[in-house]
Amino acid sequence: MKNKRLDLSYSQMKWETIFKRILVIMSVVLLVIVIGILITLIMESMPSIKSLGIEYLWGKVWDPVNNVYGAYPFLMGTLLTSFTALIISIPFSYAISIYLGEYNTTGWLSNLLKNTIELIAAVPSIIYGFWGLFVLVPIVRTIESKIGVAPYGVGIFASSLVLAVMIIPYAASMGTSLIRMVPSPLKEGAYALGATRFEVIRSVILPFTRSGLFAGILLSLGRALGETMAVTLLIGNTSAIAHTIKDAFFGPGNTMASVIANEFTEADHTVYLSALIELGLVLFFVTVIINLIGKRIISKYTNK
Amino acid sequence: MRVIKSLKLAIVAIAGICITLSASAQDNTLLGAGGTFVYPLFSKIFSEYGKTHNVKVNYQSIGSGGGILQLTNKTVDFGESDAPLNPEQTAKLGVPVLHIPVAAGAVVITYNIPGVTASLNLTGKDLADIYLGKITKWNSAEIKATNKNVNLPDMPIVVVHRSDGSGTTFIFTDYLTKVNEEWAKKVGKAGAVNWPAGLGGKGNEGVAGLVKQTPGAIGYNELAYAIQNKMTYAAIQNKSGKFIAATLASTTLASNVELPADGKVSLTNTDNPKGYPISSFTWGLLYKEQNYGGRSAARAKHALDLLWYVVHDGQKFSAPLNYAPLSKSALKVAEKILKSATFGGKPILK
Repeated sequence: MKNKRLDLSYSQMKWETIFKRILVIMSVVLLVIVIGILITLIMESMPSIKSLGIEYLWGKVWDPVNNVYGAYPFLMGTLLTSFTALIISIPFSYAISIYLGEYNTTGWLSNLLKNTIELIAAVPSIIYGFWGLFVLVPIVRTIESKIGVAPYGVGIFASSLVLAVMIIPYAASMGTSLIRMVPSPLKEGAYALGATRFEVIRSVILPFTRSGLFAGILLSLGRALGETMAVTLLIGNTSAIAHTIKDAFFGPGNTMASVIANEFTEADHTVYLSALIELGLVLFFVTVIINLIGKRIISKYTNK
Repeated sequence: MRVIKSLKLAIVAIAGICITLSASAQDNTLLGAGGTFVYPLFSKIFSEYGKTHNVKVNYQSIGSGGGILQLTNKTVDFGESDAPLNPEQTAKLGVPVLHIPVAAGAVVITYNIPGVTASLNLTGKDLADIYLGKITKWNSAEIKATNKNVNLPDMPIVVVHRSDGSGTTFIFTDYLTKVNEEWAKKVGKAGAVNWPAGLGGKGNEGVAGLVKQTPGAIGYNELAYAIQNKMTYAAIQNKSGKFIAATLASTTLASNVELPADGKVSLTNTDNPKGYPISSFTWGLLYKEQNYGGRSAARAKHALDLLWYVVHDGQKFSAPLNYAPLSKSALKVAEKILKSATFGGKPILK
């Protein structure tokens, strides 16, 4: 007599292996893509690495006519805009996380806020770029003329502001979910000991979610480092280096991603094209290094 | 299991579509790639051409550099560029490539000076000095000298240039290189240069946006873009000393001069006394010897016929789209160049 249960379990077993294989393949494919990108970047940057050497990293002149390329102004521009944006965004993303995660977890207002914040992430960056150019830049220009810097409007400050808005949802929605997952016995215990709400947040919720919140911020920073379109429209695109701190902060600059976006289509000789690709390689390493530092900090603060 | 089956089906279907698509890439579908400047004109011409001829043209506006690269890799039938091939590109191609002038364009100087609505007169040398950061005020003696009737304010000049590599920048810097020695020495000409001063805006719209918003700004835009957006722009002094406003007519006139036989000519600072000095051709690019990479003679004939149409009947679509039509002398040169194309050593057009 045929045992139907046996057949079924055989096909179930088969599906188990297939399912596991699909999981492995999917993950490995991503790894292969990243390694592939790295290899391509290195290979394509060879002409530039050979002709410019390591000086490329701190060279201050970017001159396609004479084939002299230096990444320093763009490296600085990328770091300056990303970290300024991050510092502006942190208070907002923490406040939103705590409010939506602890104070107002259900109801129409909570849902409206949460959906709105997620919508911020869905707006295309070109929209942010033009919104920044036509709405934000005139305001920044008024501020600049009041504090006595050249009133260009566009520049590091304007792009950092728009970047900050763009990266808030990443940290905020991750933070909200994490704070909602704090086990209630922990909070109830603290309340039972007579803690106020603020004290519970400060001494129970934030320490419990610290590493997760930091990971959210790291995600935001990664987004800020690579953002191209909005920044290109707002940063002023000059490779000249500012001489005072005020100028460096409010004046025009350039980032690695926007230089690539700007110049790649019309790069008409080998070293030029290769120097642009090397810029991508530098950006790749900057992202990796910042992520590694972030991971170190997370593992240091994870309470185990 | 059903999921996997439907996945398999989907893969088979996609593969099938791919195969049919590649099979349909026959000799009557031509591929082109190149500059964005000429794209609106080309779309119009190619769609009109498709109505009367059984030829479809797929033109990708990926930028002049990209177009030349695609031509070098032999993935397209013709390329398009706002600047003639540079020595490195020529060397990479290895074989002769024809430059066929297909349209002319101009670059205009736009500005935003509060209280000034009149059209300014600018000389090329002053323009270069402004972009070098040497003339920094609107009421400086140099600008006043050519604008005696205009009340120029004491306001700093904010220089705006393109941040992206572009043919527009190439034409503009090519002109500045010709009219100002210091510019030629310090900066030079290219699609993207090391700008001594100013802000960069991405694309025509980026530059126009910055100029419109920033009091005291000066920028440069394509003539077609400036006309469509009703911007005011300066008259520029040409080689004969006349201040010429950019129009389609004065751009066409700029190219109505003695042209070299290969068509690779820079029109900036033109000799024509009525011509606008910051203008240029944009070129269609074709291999001189069309028998390469297993192409059929029919395909080569189609490509040549298409470009013949572009420089003749196609020109009537130029002016409505704000491109300057080819001048008589340019048309003559274009005809000669097209007739020099060969297939297996034999001329294609008679």
